[in-house]
Amino acid sequence: MSMEEKQNSQTFLDFNQSVLKPITREQISEIIKESYKKSIPLEINGLNSKNKIGRNFQAEKTLDLSKYSGIIEYKPEELYIKVKAGTPIELIEKELDKNNQQLAFEPTDFGYLFSGKSNSGTIGGVVSCNFAGPRRFKVGSARDHLLGFQGINGKGETIKSGGTVVKNVTGYDLCKLLSGSFGTLTVLTELSVKVLPKPETSKTLIINNPHVKTALEYLGKSLSSSIDPSGGVFYPDSFEKHFSFNDLIHKGALTGIRVEGPTNSVDQRIKRLSKELDLLENEYSVLNVEQSNIFWKKTKNLEVFSNTEKNLLRVVVPVSETLNFLQKLKNVDLSYFLDWGGSLIWLELNDISIKILNEIKDITKDHNGYFTIIKVEEDMKASADIFTIDPIKYKISEKIKKSFDPKRIFNPGKMYTGI
Amino acid sequence: MPKVDNSILSKRDQIVSDVEKIVDPKNVLSHIDEIKPYETDALAAYKQVPLMVVLPETVKEVSKILKYCNENKIKVVPRGAGTGLSGGSLPLQDCILLAMGKFNKVLELDFENRCVVTQPCVTNLAITQAVQDKGFYYAPDPSSQIACSIGGNVAENSGGVHSLKYGATTNNLLGIEVVLMDGTITRFGGKAMDAEGYDFLGLMTGSEGLLGVITEVTVKILKTPEVVKAALVGFPTIEDAGNCVAEIIAGGCIPAGMEIMDKALTKATNDYSKAGYPTDAEAMMIVEFDGTEHEVEAYIEKVKKISEKNNSSSLKISKSNEERLKFWAGRKAAFPACGVLAPDYMCMDGSIPRGKLAEVLKEITRLSKKYDLPVANAFHAGDGNLHPLIMFDANNKESLKKCEEFGADILKYCVKVGGALTGEHGVGIEKRELMCEAFNDKDIQQQLTIKVALDPNSLLNPGKVYPILRKCAEEGRVHVHGGKTKFPDIPRF
Repeated sequence: MSMEEKQNSQTFLDFNQSVLKPITREQISEIIKESYKKSIPLEINGLNSKNKIGRNFQAEKTLDLSKYSGIIEYKPEELYIKVKAGTPIELIEKELDKNNQQLAFEPTDFGYLFSGKSNSGTIGGVVSCNFAGPRRFKVGSARDHLLGFQGINGKGETIKSGGTVVKNVTGYDLCKLLSGSFGTLTVLTELSVKVLPKPETSKTLIINNPHVKTALEYLGKSLSSSIDPSGGVFYPDSFEKHFSFNDLIHKGALTGIRVEGPTNSVDQRIKRLSKELDLLENEYSVLNVEQSNIFWKKTKNLEVFSNTEKNLLRVVVPVSETLNFLQKLKNVDLSYFLDWGGSLIWLELNDISIKILNEIKDITKDHNGYFTIIKVEEDMKASADIFTIDPIKYKISEKIKKSFDPKRIFNPGKMYTGI
Repeated sequence: MPKVDNSILSKRDQIVSDVEKIVDPKNVLSHIDEIKPYETDALAAYKQVPLMVVLPETVKEVSKILKYCNENKIKVVPRGAGTGLSGGSLPLQDCILLAMGKFNKVLELDFENRCVVTQPCVTNLAITQAVQDKGFYYAPDPSSQIACSIGGNVAENSGGVHSLKYGATTNNLLGIEVVLMDGTITRFGGKAMDAEGYDFLGLMTGSEGLLGVITEVTVKILKTPEVVKAALVGFPTIEDAGNCVAEIIAGGCIPAGMEIMDKALTKATNDYSKAGYPTDAEAMMIVEFDGTEHEVEAYIEKVKKISEKNNSSSLKISKSNEERLKFWAGRKAAFPACGVLAPDYMCMDGSIPRGKLAEVLKEITRLSKKYDLPVANAFHAGDGNLHPLIMFDANNKESLKKCEEFGADILKYCVKVGGALTGEHGVGIEKRELMCEAFNDKDIQQQLTIKVALDPNSLLNPGKVYPILRKCAEEGRVHVHGGKTKFPDIPRF
């Protein structure tokens, strides 16, 4: 037993401390059993990259899983990696990179947004929040890549679901239910995640166009084409300063469409795409693989909002609604960019009030979408609804919460009051 | 099955007349001649006539029926096209069978959002047919796609041969409208991706009709690939084939489909369909890529090299679509070909890690000798889904018993090597008693508490998926007698 382990085995269950840092699953289970017995609410944390997302809530203790970290098993030819929940995404990506593989759903690094520097968090946190990057419309979200898990429910019982194979219909798909549950149902301990080969190359067609309407037309045509792109964004004029690439022949607003695959095919598809979109030579540029990768890293990690003092909303609507949605916000002081081919709208608001939030919420609802408040002034966090929910789903959520965590000890109130 | 509630049986006439007040009486079937066709699904070894059959026409009717049943403690079994292979819609003697057959319209083709909104009893293939003139298709393709309903696909989380690249139903589903047992009508998901809050859409998918009745489905559609090409490769040993699969995947290729057949099956299908497979190979592989021309060419070239490196004994690349379909013809004739070899066969459905193929096939060969029953193996190598076909004679009780034990042993072994009891057919009643091989009591209890949360009286499709008795009995599988399946005209592969 190492010094650290010795120390830890004496202190992990010391409830006089405000932060509990277990290093084994048994310790996590003990802590939860104890908390269940004494009804002690816990805040579940990893590397604190996304802990500011969600409602403010009262937790007596913090269950810090950052020490419960490490790769348990990585089988490149089986396309999965099994890791402990506190394993940093950075470590996983480094390991996968050795075999030219990746987490295809492109987990967002929220570190830039909240602290101005990279902190991509842990795999447990990424799955619990289920925010997917630009490749979403092609490969799915974190929930689509979680093959199986082991976790501990609110009574301290170890449970599991799924496995390591892609095809598995044995019992309810709890992998889906736990993805995006913000740590309110079960403390994840082990996760088996699907991995995919990195594409041989990746290039990006950048179209210079100032109007969102035209951008949405380009994106719509591209995503409905057999060119099969894997990313589609629109950045209005105001983001110009973030994109000074050598390969860019224009300044100002831009539409970016990513194409990935074998090198030959990528070049051919990019050429065809420019034809299908009726682009003139001087209307577009092509980012080579290095610049393309930087472009999409900036996009997925919200680097254009790095360390922003402003408020950030994440809005998702069917792409057919995007334009009307934006037009209705004409009088609101904001900047935005579009991802997911136009379906995901990142809204940065200069001024915020409950009135404005409610207005945007109603407009989002009118356009069959939903929004999540990602960053908001602290004093608003208590009063604003961070997540949106209707009464029927609230009722069902309450029952589901109870079935996993009957005493409401996991992140109580982080998503909704009473859950 | 759950204990029959005699008080419900005795109130049958009253229940029929009550339900006739909710739906048009012509949609309430209670005469034995009318309800007999509903006594089984495609797991035809199990039969049970329900109390009555109701064919609702609107979501409001579904809601009222469920509410009525919930209040009166009447069990309900939902049913789509009835093509399921695990007995998921097998009726109970004291249940109302809720047949969704009248929900058979495609509601909206939305090309701008690249999705289709449809009623649940539209067939899987009909969705593709509705959008193919615009160059789109719906990706998951269970072999029964000409007949199986999309609602059933959601309930079972159906896969298909293209699951590795395109995922199963759950990865291609955007939203559902669902009615809970208490009559609540609600929607999970929609045209916008990743709806907020708990992922009830994901929970409902694959819940085998235990949590709610699906009344509307929104699926995403994809652009039809420009080029599809396949390679047909023979190997001198199963190990070589297995290594080749692993290397293809590790080498960065994700094929649209990848199939392996063992020698027994290759020979059977060759004799049956004249597919022209090399009969000297111990294992045959079909690997298919789709995409743009350059992309497909690049991958096929890679596969060629990897196959040669792994001692392939023969290799053919499809030069035309006709030739590609010919490659598949033998594979798709696997089931009927086995029907010719023996009076009966049972199709198993386990999932295994791809790398364990040789080990698992070796074990199956050992078991085949032990039980003295021939077996042929088809394997969706891309996604690790194994379908051993055990040949036996159901008229011989001993043979049937041996076959069932053999099948259960295979599934247990699949779990042992890190796989799953079922890759795509579902648990239903077929594999219910084997659930304890995959899960312990705590796992199952957690799942049951979810059931109780949404259906406290356990009235919706009771007796399915979860074991009633704590024993690992060996129960039935897809049993085919004399080559006659329940739906002989549906392809099964």
